[in-house]
This record gives sequence, C-alpha cells and structure tokens, in this order.
Amino acid sequence: MTGPKIIFYILAFSTILFSLLSVFDRRILRAAIYLLFVLVAIAGLFYMMNFQFLAAVQLMLYAGGIVVLIIFSILLTSQINSKLDAPKLMQLVAASLTALFGIGISLYTILPYVFTPSEAPALEVNMRNIGLSLLSTGDQGYVLPFEVISILLLAALVGIIFIAKRSRT
Amino acid sequence: MNLQAEIPLHYMIVLSTLLFFIGLVGVLIRRNLITMLMGIELMLNAVNINFVAFNHYLYPHRLEGHFFALIVMAIAAAEAAIAIALIINIYRKFSTVNVDDVDELKY
Repeated sequence: MTGPKIIFYILAFSTILFSLLSVFDRRILRAAIYLLFVLVAIAGLFYMMNFQFLAAVQLMLYAGGIVVLIIFSILLTSQINSKLDAPKLMQLVAASLTALFGIGISLYTILPYVFTPSEAPALEVNMRNIGLSLLSTGDQGYVLPFEVISILLLAALVGIIFIAKRSRT
Repeated sequence: MNLQAEIPLHYMIVLSTLLFFIGLVGVLIRRNLITMLMGIELMLNAVNINFVAFNHYLYPHRLEGHFFALIVMAIAAAEAAIAIALIINIYRKFSTVNVDDVDELKY
C-alpha cells in the first residue's frame, strides 16, 4: 500500500458510504449534510488527478453553493423534526433491482475492456492553459461553450426571478 | 505523481458506476422533490468523475474532459437554482413538496 492508494481508498470509501447514507437517511437535513461530504470527497479525487482548478470549482460551486441552496429550501419547506416517508417495499425492491442490473451490465461491459492511453506528452493543467483554452477559438479552444454557458446562466437568472416572483393574483 | 501505476482507470470507473446507481436509487425511492434533486446531483457528480478520469488517464495532452466537467457543473448550478425556485413555488401552492400530492393536472 502506497500513499496515493491509501488516499484513494479513503476517498472512494467515504464517497460510497456517505452517498448511501444520503440516499437512505430519512432525516432530510442530515441527508443534505451527507451529500456535502460526498462532494468534498469527490473534490479530493479531482485533486488526486491533478485538476486543482476543477477541485476548487467543485468546492466553491457544489459544496459552497448548491448544498447551501438545498439546505435553504429544506428549511423553507419542511419541518425539521419530521422524517421522510419510508419507501414502499415494492418501490425499494424495484429500485434496488434496477440499480443492481445497471451496475452489473455496466461493469460486465467495462471491466474486460482494455483502454489504450494516448502516448502524447501530458499537458500541464495550470491556470494559464485553462484560461487560454477557455478564450481561444482554434484547436483546444472552448470559447463557444464558454459563451453558451454564460447565456444559459443569464437565462436561468431571469427565469428564476420570474418563477419565484409572487404572482399578483 | 504517476497515478496510472498506482490506481488503474477501472477503479475510477467502478467508483463512478456505483455512485451513479446510488443516485438513481435515491431518485427512485424518494417522493420528496428535494431528495430527488439530491439524487440527481449524485448522478451528475458520477458523470464528472468519469469525464475527469478519462481525461487524466487516456488523453493527458487535451483538456476536453476538464472543460466538459466544468460545464456540467455550471449547468448543475443553474438546474439546482431553477429547481429550488420551482420547489418553493410548489410549496406555496400545495403546502407540500411530495410529488404524489402535487396532482392537480392529473384528474
């Protein structure tokens, strides 16, 4: 066992454990906090793969933004002491069977497959390369998705104001 | 750090597969809109792990997986914000966020 391996096992185990807890815990606020732990563990995985910027975005956007939004909406819509309804037995069995079938079929397809990594020298993922790629138009340029995402965010902003506005009637 | 020698790509794929289907179970067994949204977030994160892992292991000279994951995150943020605006509106109208009770259009 070497260092990275131990860290990977810790991160993977906590991801799976906390996601299971987040799905099966019937106290909804705790489920949201477990979701926060899952997101932080996944940010750790991104750090392991040398994507520091992505890990920082994961922490800021998911752990800092989305979880806070979810907790706010929980506080606005449910009693803090009330528990969620337990799922019906049939529902639980059907969902578990679907998941097991899906896991089985995916792993059966993927595990025997031999991936061939590209031989090209690795690109250093630093802020300079990310920024240049995000705003260039040539090969490795991602200015179009960047602009499309900004329009999407603007549309989402306007849509949210329109939806959440108290109607006059 | 040479991750390829320590942790094969298959480990990452197994992890993200498990995470994706746990999220799917979360969407299927709960009838509360907020917990369903949390299941969807788990599924999106599983997809992100896949993108990043394939980018890092197979195509380290490109940044496609990185930007794809970045854009998935931005869309997840927009989606969560809109979903929560809708949830709060539904709560105002029906005083519940249980999807089985929100059935005005059904009958």
